[in-house]
Amino acid sequence: MSSAAPADGTPVVSIEGVTHRYGAAVALDSLSLDIPSGRMVGIIGPDGVGKSTLMALIAGSKKMQQGKVSVLGGDIGDIRHRRSACPRIAYMPQGLGKNLYLELSVQENVDFMARLFGLSATERPVRVKELLEATGLGPFHGRPAGKLSGGMKQKVGLCGALVHEPDLLILDEPTTGVDPLSRRQFWTLIDDIRAGRPSMSVIISTAYMDEAQQWDWIVAMDAGRVLATGTPSELMERTGTKDLEKCFIALLPEEKRSGHVEVTIPPRAEGKTEIAIDAKGLTRRFGDFVAVDRVTLTIERGEIFGFLGSNGCGKSTTMKMLTGLLPPSEGSATLFGQSVEAGSIEVRKNIGYMTQAFSLYGELTVRQNLILDARLYHIPPEKAKARITELVEQFGLGPYLDALAGDLPMGLRQRLSLAVAVLHGPALLILDEPTSGVDPVARDSFWELLVDLSRQQGVTIFVTTHFMNEAMRCDRISLMNAGKVLACDAPQKLIDGRNAATLEEAFIGYMEDAIADAAPGGTGAASRVAAADAQLATAPAPTESSGIRLRIDRMLAYSVNETMQILRDPVRLAFAFVGSAVLMLVFGFGITTDVERIRYATFDLDRSPESRAYLEEFAGTARYFAQTAPIRSAEDGLKRLQSDDISLVLEVPPNFGRNLRRGSGPEVMAQVDGANTFRGETVSQYVQATQGTMLQDPASGLPIVPEKYTAKFQDRYMYNPTFESVYAMVPSVPPLLLILIPAILMAISVVREKELGSIINFYVTPTGRLEYLMGKQIPYICIGMINYFILVAMAIVVFGIPIKGSFLMLTLCTLLYVTVTTGIGLVISTFVSSQVAAVFVTAIITLLPTVQFSGLLQPVSTLSGRAKIIGTFWPTTYYMHASKGAFTKGLGPDLLMQDVIFLACCIPILWAVSTMALGKQEK
Amino acid sequence: MTSLLNIFWLGLKELRSLGSDLVMIFFVAYAFTGAIYIQATGTSSEVNNASIAFVDEDQSALSKELMNAFYPPRFQFPETILPTDVETTMDEGRFMFVVVIPPRFQADLGIGRHPDIQLNIDATAMQQAAIGANYIKNIVNSRITSFFARTDKVAREPINLVIRRLFNPNGEASWFTSVVAIINQVTLLTVILTGAAVIREREHGTLEHLLVMPLTAFEIALAKVWANGLVILVATSLSLYLVVETALQVPFTGSAALWFSGVALYLFFATALGIFLGTISRSMAQFALLIILVVLVLQLLSGGSTPVESQPIALQYMTLFLPSRHFVSFSQKIIYRGGGMSAVWPQFLMVAGIGLAFFMYSLVLFRKSIAVTK
Repeated sequence: MSSAAPADGTPVVSIEGVTHRYGAAVALDSLSLDIPSGRMVGIIGPDGVGKSTLMALIAGSKKMQQGKVSVLGGDIGDIRHRRSACPRIAYMPQGLGKNLYLELSVQENVDFMARLFGLSATERPVRVKELLEATGLGPFHGRPAGKLSGGMKQKVGLCGALVHEPDLLILDEPTTGVDPLSRRQFWTLIDDIRAGRPSMSVIISTAYMDEAQQWDWIVAMDAGRVLATGTPSELMERTGTKDLEKCFIALLPEEKRSGHVEVTIPPRAEGKTEIAIDAKGLTRRFGDFVAVDRVTLTIERGEIFGFLGSNGCGKSTTMKMLTGLLPPSEGSATLFGQSVEAGSIEVRKNIGYMTQAFSLYGELTVRQNLILDARLYHIPPEKAKARITELVEQFGLGPYLDALAGDLPMGLRQRLSLAVAVLHGPALLILDEPTSGVDPVARDSFWELLVDLSRQQGVTIFVTTHFMNEAMRCDRISLMNAGKVLACDAPQKLIDGRNAATLEEAFIGYMEDAIADAAPGGTGAASRVAAADAQLATAPAPTESSGIRLRIDRMLAYSVNETMQILRDPVRLAFAFVGSAVLMLVFGFGITTDVERIRYATFDLDRSPESRAYLEEFAGTARYFAQTAPIRSAEDGLKRLQSDDISLVLEVPPNFGRNLRRGSGPEVMAQVDGANTFRGETVSQYVQATQGTMLQDPASGLPIVPEKYTAKFQDRYMYNPTFESVYAMVPSVPPLLLILIPAILMAISVVREKELGSIINFYVTPTGRLEYLMGKQIPYICIGMINYFILVAMAIVVFGIPIKGSFLMLTLCTLLYVTVTTGIGLVISTFVSSQVAAVFVTAIITLLPTVQFSGLLQPVSTLSGRAKIIGTFWPTTYYMHASKGAFTKGLGPDLLMQDVIFLACCIPILWAVSTMALGKQEK
Repeated sequence: MTSLLNIFWLGLKELRSLGSDLVMIFFVAYAFTGAIYIQATGTSSEVNNASIAFVDEDQSALSKELMNAFYPPRFQFPETILPTDVETTMDEGRFMFVVVIPPRFQADLGIGRHPDIQLNIDATAMQQAAIGANYIKNIVNSRITSFFARTDKVAREPINLVIRRLFNPNGEASWFTSVVAIINQVTLLTVILTGAAVIREREHGTLEHLLVMPLTAFEIALAKVWANGLVILVATSLSLYLVVETALQVPFTGSAALWFSGVALYLFFATALGIFLGTISRSMAQFALLIILVVLVLQLLSGGSTPVESQPIALQYMTLFLPSRHFVSFSQKIIYRGGGMSAVWPQFLMVAGIGLAFFMYSLVLFRKSIAVTK
């Protein structure tokens, strides 16, 4: 099949005048480019020049703003072409494991991709197993993707990309942050795959220029434009340079190169032997996992010491132990002879630290960042001012003093970080990957500052990096892998020691020695992949004829995927189930309008039989009134009311009995605590009602005749004969919780994918919008239903409130309601972009109409104006009716039918809105 | 001394960061002004626009007179329905109250009997049902009396019950709800501000940076406590003077200084809670979910929404450990009842105690979490 390669004449990708902006920033600037097919094409350039944007546009995952991109013979901006072409394209976005689901295992991740591309249930396990074997991931198939090393994550990503045999493979910085051995294995793998499928075109971007040396064709990019294209040898010849990095610098426009000089490192002065860092057998365990395993180091003052290793090899953990951030599990470390105990303030004054990510306050200006640091190190103000002026000049920060640190370009930020780290004149600088994401010119000027600090000021520098050429500049380096130091010496000596040509080769050599006795890695994979490919090529390709089944299958793939993710995230799981149970208890017991056992005191100034009989009547209604010690004086009464000891004082004036017998209408004064207005109102009414009953009652012992012309009221408290809040409240809780929790969880689940990047799988696979939305919705509908059963069980068991009406009908109503509420979550998720916003926007949007306008506190029939309109259309109103109806009113199916119909009508509307609002491409 | 300075500078940085977050400032400003005003004026425990129907089996002048006694805004104009429709219309939720006037009602009253009126109440509408039922009874009985007396003069009762509502003579709901609204906003916003500050520092890696400096976890945490606490304290006092006292005309009976000392104590607890939640949640999203759970519990069980005395006894003991309950309690005592230190010291002590315990616990967790971050 090698002869089937298309003619070189037709480009696989052709770009015409593409411009792409993010706000005011221009990522791509009217770029035009033809990429030849059947080749291994590299796009090189530092971070932020528009490589990733270009790749995403080619893959069709990002929405085109201006220009035209043709891929595989059609316009990728055209939705029909994209739909037919996307099964032939594979795209792996930047970032280690960005499109993976970190909670899912290796196998589940690859299997999910296979399902999205419509591989059948019989094909999938075979294909997935073959790919995993070929990439050496076989032994780790059950491990969650989040717990893999960077190199392994990238291999999983590659398996996911290759599962459907693409004609165009797009890899965005696949090896950034990956250790050299995995990197080499990765490229071998790509070569093997290409050997098996020579017609496949591969487009790769990278920030490591040296990698691109072997590739067929290079596109050098800077500031959204193409600098040059051609084979690597052509380019180097044109610029008269020997390697691509120098070639790239030579290609840069004049103004960017100005001031760039080759970094030269003067030798260290001999004779100084003071020890700066002395670590002995440092070990750190997290549970079973050994992050750092017996690291022993000795570093002299003024030395530049490099720490070389991949992401997750234990570099950062070692540094944290050296700085006292993390106590070691075993071993000890001293800095300048002092022990680094966690919390020893004196030692920390000698350290300057620069973390991997930019760790200054982006919302403060450059000057404010520097001043804050000076203050925290207690440098006297005048001295601090002088020092800041000096540093600003030395680091060239003058023009940016009042700019926000967060607005600076990467190179300047790193310089600011360094300025902050050395502000207090530390004897030791610890720099954690200070130059990642910085372009080669800025990187060199950064190193000049380091060299100056080391050689001129005698500062010891401890630096980690994964750039080999940076490591070469260190006095000594140690190679680290899987928590162990493999070797430690001057870089040249390490190379010579292994008879290697480059440091990378030497590193790989040491790594292979270290894992020699471990399980064999990904070597010899070539033939197996090729075989797998060949075998699959003979298998019938998935056809589009069974369209409906494919769609349902993809939808279910998303459901299964989502379910597994929820099951493995304890916080979301707890919120989903424990949350509703807790809130049910709080609402059921906490929101009660019952006013009972009112503490009151009497103030009887009459002490006649009549006054006693009058007051006796209150003591007799024990459900409402609880008598406390009588009051002696008016002040005493006020004081007890003030301190909330009692809520009511009944004061009977002197001569009450006599006046009553005379019929001259004596007064009784009731002083009510009105601080809480609702409670005060209720207490007043109880007092009135109690007296009212007393006056009608001939047996009250009072010398009065019942009035003429009064009607007797027979109160019929329907649905709640004892008139207790709990009967009204508990049936109202499910409508509230079944909107709040499912809607929030639903909104988060979609927005989470947007935030973490796995939504790319939706953009670049044939998954339809409705399939995606419904697939994600199904698990949350299930959660909602389980919640419903929990709530019903609690209502019956804990609160003793049975369902009097039709349970089956209520369950049907609930199913529809939960579909509606998750639908509301979906609609919201299409408009917001961060998880926090998803939570708060959903909470605000759902809570107000649910609490105020749906009949929870006030019946909808008593609302007016806009409130009534909202109440009439808000779905909770109908479910509230159904829930109260079924629980307390004992309504049958016929009376719930109206609710069912309304809720059922909401569902397609919500689907339509969210489908329309959900983009099939990134903006 | 150096420690105090550190706390001061760090807190100042905290204020600067917040100052540049316009969305958050807007949110705080709105929460303490507009939101409180709306909540205070929008809700009421009064009966309003209640739906009512009559079954008139008497068809007399009196029954017509009774039906005319109900009109907006308190009630909707009554409808007349058939006796057989009582159940169904109430099942559908069309009416909250149905009054059934029996046959021979007027005649029976005229000869000195006391005929029964049936009052059907939809008891699932708790808050309005009881109060509304009482209104109906009072209205009906006073109409009957004036109907027979052929006069509008209200007959004198044999005992004249004088009800004096202390601390809020006119029973204006906004007095109570506005203060409760402030209390709820204090809880919510303090926790969000402080917790978000912790998470933001951790996500941006600046926390690590601080920890390598000669600073202790205690200083970092306390700086967050005072800075965020101060912001909320200022917002609270502005809200109290501008919205509650000026716009809503709620009188402040007790000592403002005493109340603000109480608020400061409560803020100590709330900021500690924010640090705690910010520490245990791994991301902003988890934090947001936790806030919903925790803050709802704090707000609903504080006695601000419904009286603490109405909770089941066992729950009342449990809510003693909620500082928000004590906050509501001492606020009522100081603001409405004019209570002094002698009346509120137990609440102050509880809030301070719980706040301190929580702060200590959060500090330990905070320190641990830093050690584990990778």
